[in-house]
Amino acid sequence: MSFLTLDGITASYGPTQALFGVDLTLEAGEVCALMGRNGMGKSSTIKVICRLLKHSGGTLTFDGRDIASLPAYKAARAGLGLVPEGRRCFGPLTVHENLHAAARPGEWDFARVCKLFPRLGERRDQVAASLSGGEQQMLAIGRALMTNPTLLILDEATEGLAPVVRQEIWAAVASLKRDTGLSLLVVDKSLAELRQVADRAVILERGRTVWADRMDALDRGVADTYLGV
Amino acid sequence: MRRETLLNIVLFALLPATALAAWMLDEPFIITLATKAAILALAGVGLNIALGLGGLISFGHAAFFGLGGYAMGILASHAQSYAPLMESPFLIEGTKSMPVIWLVAIVTSALAALAIGALSLRTSGVYFIMVTLAFGQMLFYFTISWPAYGGEDGLSIYVRNGFPGLNTLDPLTFFGVAFAVLALVLWGAGRLAKSAFGLALSAARQNPERVETVGLAPYRLRLVAFVISGAITGLAGALFADLNRFVSPTMFSWQTSGEIMVFVILGGVGRLFGPVAGAALFILLEHVLGGLSEFWHIYLGLILLLVVLFARGGIVGTIAGREVAHD
Repeated sequence: MSFLTLDGITASYGPTQALFGVDLTLEAGEVCALMGRNGMGKSSTIKVICRLLKHSGGTLTFDGRDIASLPAYKAARAGLGLVPEGRRCFGPLTVHENLHAAARPGEWDFARVCKLFPRLGERRDQVAASLSGGEQQMLAIGRALMTNPTLLILDEATEGLAPVVRQEIWAAVASLKRDTGLSLLVVDKSLAELRQVADRAVILERGRTVWADRMDALDRGVADTYLGV
Repeated sequence: MRRETLLNIVLFALLPATALAAWMLDEPFIITLATKAAILALAGVGLNIALGLGGLISFGHAAFFGLGGYAMGILASHAQSYAPLMESPFLIEGTKSMPVIWLVAIVTSALAALAIGALSLRTSGVYFIMVTLAFGQMLFYFTISWPAYGGEDGLSIYVRNGFPGLNTLDPLTFFGVAFAVLALVLWGAGRLAKSAFGLALSAARQNPERVETVGLAPYRLRLVAFVISGAITGLAGALFADLNRFVSPTMFSWQTSGEIMVFVILGGVGRLFGPVAGAALFILLEHVLGGLSEFWHIYLGLILLLVVLFARGGIVGTIAGREVAHD
């Protein structure tokens, strides 16, 4: 059985249906890219996985168990670490406090997060609201790592960042893949960077999985059909 | 040193300095006022954990204040009448020992906060305010109609309860006891705010959904905060009853809940020493303005209005700046 399996997931926001049948599998230690144009259901899929949105049909298993009935905090404790879209750090808390508040025992602690992102160590006692966008993104990743997840989900982690900072984030993702056994589910728009890190790709269109295969099978034709503007 | 730390030291020293000066000038009434300020500050420190840290607008903290007061009143009244509280299945007698009374007050109000919190925290916003208010009023009307312990007239205790090795009848000594409790609780509340629990609680106030995604349950965080908050306010109620040697249903009234909230708002919501500043100012105004006019609450209302409109960080926020709500 796969580490994470979504099978025929459907979900709605009130009367508006957003997901019409999402299938996704991710093996342990693998990096999976979740792609699609704007409004195709990527963030909704992530919300369903993290139990922030109830699904109306389909099955959802993670690490060998059905997590469909878990509240969000229990899903997080089961090993799902989310880096949400738009960062959303706890603004009035300092860098250290943001990380300390989320900490759960395991390999990842403050020192190790600072090793991955040295800038967080330098800004230890600065409140999150005063950090730059890139630093807030690093903090959001650090905060998710502090919960010692087995699956880290990055939702648009490089969106709206300067190119230099994006490189730093991608380098961190690459080092997570190389140095840890962490599984990663990455939502992003930059195909070139995703090709470097992802083993597998899933493409959504109008709330449905329309393509899923190994990343190297994603040729130009597929990209033009589903990802081009 | 940060400005707020400096201000906290000044606020901390203010009450004992007042009490000592009054003792030297032989003004026991002023010592009693300082004691009252310390005890009301303690009630405010309790509410501030729910209100400031957790963002829970409880309009029912009089319930805990009153339970603490009645814990003292009931235990002490049985001790002074030598009638046991309960004979079967086992004997429970009254007591005049402050530490025992405090423990009972803390446990009773913590249990009440657990029950009230478990129900009221399922709601939020104005409903939370109304549910907490309703619980306070329920206890208020219950004590009014409970003749065994004085009903509407309340209960008088003839002699102040004792603390081992101290003469609590001496105003300065009793001030020392109340202030020591306040200092201890302030230290604990400061530690709590900086602990992982306190940080998570603050984070849940700002963004409950994000807190869930890092594996923390906002409901549980808030419930624990509400219980700690209620227990501290209950302890303050027991001390307040001992100060007056009298308990009455007024301690449960919604005006009491409002007053405790006023201490916190006047001093600065979420500021560790906010309730100390707020309660001290309240007592000062009550004493000074109350001497000028029976209707001193009008002036208090005006001041509260000005603070809420123009100085939202309260006294502490205005003096120390509003850069951060915590150290």
